[in-house]
Amino acid sequence: MSYLVHNVKTMPTGIGKILHLNWPLVLLISAVASIGILMLYSVAGGSFDPWASAQAKRFGLGIVLMIGVAFVPVWFWRNVSGLAYALTLLLLFGVEFFGEIRMGAQRWLDLGFIRLQPSELMKITLIMALATYYDWLDVEKISKPVWVLVPLVIIAVPMLLVVKQPDLGTALLLGVGGVCLMFVAGVHWGYFAGAILSVTGLVAAVILSRGTGWQLLQDYQYRRIDTFLDPSSDPLGAGYHITQSKIAFGSGGWGGRGFMQGTQSQLNFLPEKETDFIFTTLAEELGFVGGISLLLLYALIILFCVISGLSNRDRFGALITLGIATTFFLFFAVNMSMVMGLAPVVGVPLPLVSYGGTAMLILMLGFGLVQSAHVHRPR
Amino acid sequence: MSLNNKNSELGSKKLTRRGLILFGAQAGFMGLLGFRLHYLQVNQAEEFRLLAEENRINIRLLPPARGLIFDRNGAPLAENSQNYRIIMVRERAGDAAAVLKRLSKIIPLSEDDRAAVLKNLKRRSDFVPITVAEHLTWQQLSAVSANAPALPGVTAEVGLTRHYPTSQDFAHVVGYVGAVSDYDLSRIDDPDPLLQIPKFQIGKSGVENKIERRLRGFAGSKRIEVNAVGRVMREIDRKEGQSGINVHLTVDAHLQNYVQARLAGQSASAVVMDVKNGELLAVGSAPSFDPNKFVSGFSIAEYKELNENPYRPFSNKATQGTYPPGSTFKMMVALAALADGVIKPDEKITCRGYHELGNQRFHCWKRGGHGRIGLRDSLKQSCDVYYYEVCQRVGIEKIAAMARQFGMGQRHNLPLNGVASGLMPTKDWKRKNRQADWLIGDTLNASIGQGFVLASPLQLATMVSRLATGRAVVPKLLRNVDGVATSTQAAPALDIPASVLAAVRDGMFAVSNERRGTGYSSRVAEKSMRMAGKSGTSQVRRITAAERRAGVTRNEDLPWKRRDHALYVAYAPFDDPKYAVAAVVEHGGGGSRFAAPIVRDIMLEALYNGKPPASAYPASQRTRIKNERKKLNLRENEA
Repeated sequence: MSYLVHNVKTMPTGIGKILHLNWPLVLLISAVASIGILMLYSVAGGSFDPWASAQAKRFGLGIVLMIGVAFVPVWFWRNVSGLAYALTLLLLFGVEFFGEIRMGAQRWLDLGFIRLQPSELMKITLIMALATYYDWLDVEKISKPVWVLVPLVIIAVPMLLVVKQPDLGTALLLGVGGVCLMFVAGVHWGYFAGAILSVTGLVAAVILSRGTGWQLLQDYQYRRIDTFLDPSSDPLGAGYHITQSKIAFGSGGWGGRGFMQGTQSQLNFLPEKETDFIFTTLAEELGFVGGISLLLLYALIILFCVISGLSNRDRFGALITLGIATTFFLFFAVNMSMVMGLAPVVGVPLPLVSYGGTAMLILMLGFGLVQSAHVHRPR
Repeated sequence: MSLNNKNSELGSKKLTRRGLILFGAQAGFMGLLGFRLHYLQVNQAEEFRLLAEENRINIRLLPPARGLIFDRNGAPLAENSQNYRIIMVRERAGDAAAVLKRLSKIIPLSEDDRAAVLKNLKRRSDFVPITVAEHLTWQQLSAVSANAPALPGVTAEVGLTRHYPTSQDFAHVVGYVGAVSDYDLSRIDDPDPLLQIPKFQIGKSGVENKIERRLRGFAGSKRIEVNAVGRVMREIDRKEGQSGINVHLTVDAHLQNYVQARLAGQSASAVVMDVKNGELLAVGSAPSFDPNKFVSGFSIAEYKELNENPYRPFSNKATQGTYPPGSTFKMMVALAALADGVIKPDEKITCRGYHELGNQRFHCWKRGGHGRIGLRDSLKQSCDVYYYEVCQRVGIEKIAAMARQFGMGQRHNLPLNGVASGLMPTKDWKRKNRQADWLIGDTLNASIGQGFVLASPLQLATMVSRLATGRAVVPKLLRNVDGVATSTQAAPALDIPASVLAAVRDGMFAVSNERRGTGYSSRVAEKSMRMAGKSGTSQVRRITAAERRAGVTRNEDLPWKRRDHALYVAYAPFDDPKYAVAAVVEHGGGGSRFAAPIVRDIMLEALYNGKPPASAYPASQRTRIKNERKKLNLRENEA
């Protein structure tokens, strides 16, 4: 929709836009980020270095970024999303050939003055691209096979590139996020039913074929599944992280062991405690009360995003808000499932809380888009 | 893009519906997460809390102090000395090589030692302390402490290590400790967790080994908190263990020191026993070795030398060595014959220098024979023919029975390794062990303490103690265990008529104090301290008839291993017996010449509680004795 459509009188302009930000959302995001900084203080053994202070600085930058993006009219973002998507795709290709491996998984691009993780960026630009597509496409054409294929390709290409990095976790989340957006956009439910059935069939085939001459996965991959299903079968090897994590949860109990008193975390029994397993530290130290509170905060963030999205009559704005919210949901849901033993360990950080600069900034960028859609919604 | 109101409205409705469905699914999943969180943290809390505790809490043992061993007067024979150690922790040292170099200027630390330490440091984690040097002196330790600022990461530690202040004197009796070996572990049923500590010292021989369990004590424990790599964070609590119990032996350190010095240079052993209660005052065996070396470490050359020494320093000859007792056995035959009534004390037998049995001749040591000889003189001059005659009258079975009453052929129960049971042969024994019938010749050989008869110096001392008192006194080595004195009940009387005992004792008195007695040259001048003894010279080789015709080769002309053993046993004072002494010099030659002087010196040392006066010795020998004493390697002479 071009700006001509909107009632220019009612659209906020200039600095005044700040009043129209979705303030509850801002507060909730800040609250979650503060908790994150507090936990990083704890896992560093009671010190702001090396994680807490860096995270705080980055969050500050993130807030500025978010407000900056929010000020830019939402249709601008709609217009550049195609370009943004293409650029990110290019960067992903670049990482394939020029990137360096860090932590054995994500690949980074070192551009001298800045280090980029294109797969993180893709989380946002993919949503942007899909939202733009569905805003452009006529509603009645949405469920036609040709027009369903196009977004699938838009999703699949970056997915494959990310899988090759190798980063299965992020790739899957890109896929699921994209498909959810297709669902919200209104693609016929039949497609989804069909997809779910085939996936189920595939999983069944994988399980049933085990041990026969036609087994679909390698032996070690089956073993990974076994370890996931029962981490205690290999408590010192693959199941170590999950076992230690569950122990930490349990030892937290109702009220937690006390801030900075988590023995699993403080005594280093928990690996990756500042990144993937930070929720575990929080649960150990602040107990069930702390854990459920954080979950509640996340739920509220989702809620406010959904309210903003559903009340936004601009199709692009609504889609982008719901898309970002879903992406956010997927990341924290998978992380929490992982650390609580409900999902295999796939290396997904907890948004806004886990230590990690790029992820934080990209996320704030995403929230910026949500704010932009909110500020510039048709009234 | 033109605006299609209808479409956008349709699309909008759909979006709302789809959006709500999606949000509903998300909310549902969040609910699931909440439930899972509740399950882990509230339902399973106990179980996981326990596992968290198991992760972080370690139990470490606190080794107890080992019990000490003392002599009868409280002089320490085995103690725990402080072992000053230098340890280093790499993460605090920084440049470990440089620190070690600086350290080598203060304490002896060769380049090889330093290289070994650096290798150890690299192999273990940064925070594990590595031993750099041990057994430092107090001065060295102070020097290191004084230089602490220049030696980061280096600390001094005090450990306990076993030390034997009497060194060689009690090597066989007290024994020694060493690190637990796999062999030791395989032989022990109850695995004390202490034994798993590397280099934990346990008794390997002697009293240290036989009373190991009580000397060891019980470990304490401390609970410490560790992190995932095992670094100790803090101590949570501790439970003190129990030190090992202390043991007082019956031996006398001064006397033992004298005995070892007196025996030095020969392959010999001697036992001093209190005739009344059986307490062993000295159990000497020469040559000996320094048991401290087992704790601190032998060099390969040293150990090889000790192992290959033909005088066998590692064996305790006093309790493990068995020898044919020779003429010292004759008292047993005399007692058996008298008790059985087959001979009377004043009955005389003719000794022509040999006794014929069938077509075999059994010779007396005196070529020409002793002529008409009775019991008293048979002991005094040690006539063999008398006993050849008498033993046939009484028979081996009665001799064996009498000898067994005096402890021969029996294993005495002492906390030492391999206490020998000796051998008191009987007809049954020969049938079982030699698959042959007993011959009269065997009895003749036995009657003079040769043939199959074997006894250890301990058994000889016991025999003489029982003879002196007429009671079945039993040798004891433990005086006091953990503050509780061992029982001092009077030993039961032997079932032998007093007159019989008196007659034999009288013969022994003659041996030591009358002019033709074989022990006369080793007599005691002081009347109140006179000994009653018996010499013995046991053959280790067969003397052929041809050799006899030519003239029996003298001991001095034979290689060492073919010489006779020299034995002598005695008790004193004759009027009121206190001590019994038995000495055996392996391949020493004649008993009266080589063993008797040793027994006399030891006996006087014991009776006078160290430093016997010159007046105790015969006048003609006093100067010689004085000079000999000065040459001995005694602790008093070192002053």
